[in-house]
Amino acid sequence: MSQKKIELWVGVFVIGAMISLAILAFNVAGLSFKGEGRSYTLYASFSNVGGLKVRSPVKLGGVVVGRVENISLDKDSYMPIVRLAMFENNGYYPETSSVAILTSGLLGEQYIGLQPGFIDEGINMLKDGGRFEDTKSAIVLEDLIGQFIYSINKGD
Amino acid sequence: MLDYIGAVGRLSLYFIKTTGKSCLMLFHTIFGMPHPKLFPLFIGQIFQLGILSLPIILTAGLFIGMVLSLQGYNVLVDYAAEESLGSMVALSLLRELGPVVTALLFAGRAGSALTAEIGLMQSTEQIASMEMMAVSPLKRVIAPRFLAGIITLPLLTLIFNVVAIWGGYLIGVTWMGVDGGAYWSVMQGSVDYLPDVMNGVIKSIVFGVMITWVALYNGYHVMPNAVGISRSTTQTVVVSSLLVLAMDFILTVFMFGM
Repeated sequence: MSQKKIELWVGVFVIGAMISLAILAFNVAGLSFKGEGRSYTLYASFSNVGGLKVRSPVKLGGVVVGRVENISLDKDSYMPIVRLAMFENNGYYPETSSVAILTSGLLGEQYIGLQPGFIDEGINMLKDGGRFEDTKSAIVLEDLIGQFIYSINKGD
Repeated sequence: MLDYIGAVGRLSLYFIKTTGKSCLMLFHTIFGMPHPKLFPLFIGQIFQLGILSLPIILTAGLFIGMVLSLQGYNVLVDYAAEESLGSMVALSLLRELGPVVTALLFAGRAGSALTAEIGLMQSTEQIASMEMMAVSPLKRVIAPRFLAGIITLPLLTLIFNVVAIWGGYLIGVTWMGVDGGAYWSVMQGSVDYLPDVMNGVIKSIVFGVMITWVALYNGYHVMPNAVGISRSTTQTVVVSSLLVLAMDFILTVFMFGM
């Protein structure tokens, strides 16, 4: 076989492999160049973050509108503080909004559910660096069972 | 008793000698590498190792994907979780089966051919006559094959993975009736680009180095007769397959175990 033909076949082989890599990256791994756009930072403090992780989603009505960027502990109040990166193209939220740590399904991952509040005169939108005042902590199943058993015993 | 101790000593010496000789060879090969005049030889070797291995890689990939999908479906359907078929097929292929099975096939198809070719060159004294003409056989014969082997195996692995995932789709979706959209979306949800796809590629690069190194060493240091060539070829396949399995375990522990 001539050198030209060999080079042609090798070219086809390498291009085929590169196409495979592209299929694996975009079709199988779901990689996208779009990214999630620009974001701004909000804070929320909970008394218990449960199984929340960095990069867990923030959802509003099931739509992902932000991600958990960092979880740290406030040294004075001993409360966990969660830093959220909210996507700018989803807009801003009024300061009466509330956030809660929820679980998707019975055994699923934990995420932050955002409930937008009312907008009225004298109520501002949360800007970069703002803070959600109304927060609900993660439900710990063991505590729930404990309360349940306690309430049964009290009924006797 | 003394014979046994002697045997242990002989084995250890043999092991150390082999390791030393092969490392020396690798060293000379790597440092004799950059030589633009040898580029056509390198292309020719990619043809020999890569394109001529494609038929077996494609067939094996298709059938392994189909079997994986069939078995996975049978287990998952009991838990009504057949939607996760796509993520099961893709993850097991990208992380383990793809690199390892391709490497084993490559050792059988290309590694043995390399050993036999260089072994015959060595035993018909072509390599010695190259040295007589002041042509370095390490540069002219070994280096292009080594480089081609390292580059070819990851490319073959990528093709294998795609064909196998498509084979899984074929059985799972078109035959067993799993929802096609769920097959892809669950897969995209659970597969990550860097930790899954790229770690598989890194694995196959390591396997490529191991296999071509073992094959070239066994060919270069062949016993120059018919028995020697057959023994070296067998040894290449056995040793490189075992090395691939052992390295796979070690790499998996480092990549996914911690």
